[in-house]
Amino acid sequence: MVTAQSKETEQYNVIGTRPIRHDGVDKVTGAAQYGADLNLPGMLAGRVLRSPHAHARIVSIDTSKAEALEGVQAVITNADFPRAGDEEIDTGEGTANLKWVLDNVIASDKVLYKGHAVAAVAAADHHIAEDALELIEVEYELLTPVLDVRDAMVDGSPLLHDGLHTAAMDGSQSDNPSNTASHLQFTKGDLDSGFAEADVVLEREFETSMAHQGYIEPHNGTAFYRADGTLDIWTSTQGAFVVRDSVAPLLQLSPSQVKVTPMEIGGGFGGKIPVYLEPVAALLSQKTGRPVKLTMNREEVLLATGPTSGTYMRVRMGAKRDGTITAADVHLAFEAGAYPGSPVGAGAMCALAPYDIPNQRIDGYDVVVNKPKTAAYRAPGAPQSEFATESVLNELAEELGLDPLEMRLQNACVEGAQRADGFTYGVIGNVECLEAAQESPHWQSELQGPNRGRGIAQGFWFNIGFESSAYAQVNGDGTVPLVLGSTDIGGTRASIAMQLAETLGISAEEVHPHVVDTNSVGYTQVTGGSRTTFAGGWAAYECAMDIRRQMEERAAQIWECDAADVTYGDDAIIRGPQDEDGNDQQFTFKELAGQLVTSGGHIVGRADVNKTSSGPAFATHIVDVEVDPDTGKVDILRYTAVQDAGTAIHPAYVEGQMQGGVAQGVGMALNEEYYYDESGDLKNASLLDYRMPTALDLPMIETNIVEVPNPGHPYGVRGVGEVPIIPPAPAVRAAIANAIGVHMNELPMSPRAILDATLPSGD
Amino acid sequence: MASEHIVVNCTINGEQQVFLANERDSLLEALRDRIGLTGAKEGCNNGNCGACCVNMDGRIVNSCLVMAAECEGSEIRTVEGLAEGDQLSPLQNAFLEQAALQCGICTPGFLVAAEALLEQNPDPSEHEIRYWLAGNLCRCTGYDKIIKAVQQAAGQSVV
Repeated sequence: MVTAQSKETEQYNVIGTRPIRHDGVDKVTGAAQYGADLNLPGMLAGRVLRSPHAHARIVSIDTSKAEALEGVQAVITNADFPRAGDEEIDTGEGTANLKWVLDNVIASDKVLYKGHAVAAVAAADHHIAEDALELIEVEYELLTPVLDVRDAMVDGSPLLHDGLHTAAMDGSQSDNPSNTASHLQFTKGDLDSGFAEADVVLEREFETSMAHQGYIEPHNGTAFYRADGTLDIWTSTQGAFVVRDSVAPLLQLSPSQVKVTPMEIGGGFGGKIPVYLEPVAALLSQKTGRPVKLTMNREEVLLATGPTSGTYMRVRMGAKRDGTITAADVHLAFEAGAYPGSPVGAGAMCALAPYDIPNQRIDGYDVVVNKPKTAAYRAPGAPQSEFATESVLNELAEELGLDPLEMRLQNACVEGAQRADGFTYGVIGNVECLEAAQESPHWQSELQGPNRGRGIAQGFWFNIGFESSAYAQVNGDGTVPLVLGSTDIGGTRASIAMQLAETLGISAEEVHPHVVDTNSVGYTQVTGGSRTTFAGGWAAYECAMDIRRQMEERAAQIWECDAADVTYGDDAIIRGPQDEDGNDQQFTFKELAGQLVTSGGHIVGRADVNKTSSGPAFATHIVDVEVDPDTGKVDILRYTAVQDAGTAIHPAYVEGQMQGGVAQGVGMALNEEYYYDESGDLKNASLLDYRMPTALDLPMIETNIVEVPNPGHPYGVRGVGEVPIIPPAPAVRAAIANAIGVHMNELPMSPRAILDATLPSGD
Repeated sequence: MASEHIVVNCTINGEQQVFLANERDSLLEALRDRIGLTGAKEGCNNGNCGACCVNMDGRIVNSCLVMAAECEGSEIRTVEGLAEGDQLSPLQNAFLEQAALQCGICTPGFLVAAEALLEQNPDPSEHEIRYWLAGNLCRCTGYDKIIKAVQQAAGQSVV
């Protein structure tokens, strides 16, 4: 077993240590400026009017009374935006149709979910803006809401979009319009012969509810459109460039007219990639000539931002008596919400990803329903699809009388294994995670007591790379300001700065990272996909190598020798040839930094990377639970998370990602759900009723960082943020089954659901 | 629907303050919009998340549920009042050393709440810490490192 303090990391001076994060003091003193903290001279407050209906045609909107209210400066609707064309724009982790992006920001002809934005007001303060909303008169023609993913797929179901046809992977479209936006399929081997080889075949159906990222900071957006046609936006976003490239076409501006400043962000988990308020604030500012700030309240966040998909899933899996899995057939139907774009594709690719199963078929359907348009949520699609497959695997092991961990080891993907979608693994830590879990004190311990049980599950996530930019200047005192484009959502200033420091041979504290606006750094993709420490760190590494090369050249100039005879060592000593008197010539980094100004000027290193490679992540989780048979409440008694991080740059923040992922996964497993009535009204749009885990709901979460360095990264980084949300739900399900003998087939496994499954029915 | 304004006198982080509040302003709105102390955050505006937690006359309150007009004569302490100049409090240092924050939006509320806990109960058990902090939601950390930071600030050994 390889751990965070292993030989792999002992070769480093900075990587693998736990420095205080650079932005830490601001965040414990209240000085850090989040989006809603911004206050500009002359600023107006904006509010958004939202649909009370899940599905309706907008017949008319009368804003005249609102406009007449004292203190109101502007009222806008969709009609005030330039007509959005039928073009695709980059939305961070994919592309989207511009008209649909605009219609989701503010509805045009139809409202498609409760909370859908219909109009917006800018006023002297938010009290007046709220009063004005009540004066806007909207006439609706009610339509039948479509709320269940299976109902939505049936021919004859009411349609959300008249022009939507089912797209197949070959690009063809269905003849008839449908709520099913797309169908994808991955296959491998021969399914029939695979099932024929199996001694045991199990089939299970699952339903999971929509769930929200639940970041504590509501969305916000402030805009100031100036008379010269430039637009400033300040917002809490995971991708400042995505905001720029969404807002500019929506307002028909050039990207060069739009500058986006990413404020500190109070959580995102994928949900702060799309734009909601920013285009509205921009148009309100254009209308008023004044800065306009919009913020959402919590109800708006839950009703009208981007939760993850609810699903219907069916899995059939067959295995030989010895535990060899011979075939798997997976059907995934994902709610996209109001517009196409659920994470079913990623869910499909992840569904069986940890296992080398020769015969597979995975079908995925992206289905629109009258619920909010889904957005990315931590390993988008995988917590659902892997819940289904891991659950069936656990039941197969039970049926065969095999150890579920051993059965996973027996079928685990290793280097060279190929997934059904065609991807072939390089060096991965799948087996290493399972083995570390097997050796863990938790797995080795005995669990005793009534209504208690233990469960295990595996998780897989891709991780991604793509574009990141960095530049860094060497100051005369040997400190290095580092300029980044990645929003720091959980310690990435530190993890990127540490990789620059490691490469230069200086301390983490001598690097000063800064996250800047879109005009002040090169293009940088979103903070998401577990990519920031991977790609940002790679950019920092190349930036540091650029500095090393320039410092070698400068030393050569000072020593009047050939630059090829100067070497910048990993100890941050720059060594040259002996001088005329035969003395060694060398500079420390700090000494040479002090001579830069007088020897030719400052040195700036820069790097822009675009990495299409990545280092896949695997995780193994073990959980002990106790079920109260009278109330159906499940308590988490003990939790261990094992994960391959590649190289753990800052182990404390790697542990933090693992623990945070577990907490969200446990929430998804036990409590969190979007609870709609039949009219499409969300009945639990508050943090009291949308029940996220509190400090009292969880034990300490034991972590075990496995390090199988990624050979495709200068420091072996894989990415850590997403995979830990995947195993909790199937592990908790297995533990509940182990405790009370009942296999739950829905998420969340709430007290209500458990009592429904365990109590005798009333009839 | 025009709002009345009210003059409020109170002490905030040891300083006398006089401000003009809209009669509809909560204490949270007054702190953030009238006084410019934006350390207390709005996460839910209905008392469920604890991000706006401040100390009012020795009690921790969700400032979104207190009207600004109720603060006449009160002593209020916010996250901005925890450090003395550039000297962080033991709790603030513990949060940094234990990596007890990720995005940081819930951190001001946790610090104010945990400080009040340690004033009342200088040596709390893990369960007592979890119980006390159950009114503060954190979505990033899974609470583990927050609990450890409070244990460290209480002088307990942290595994």
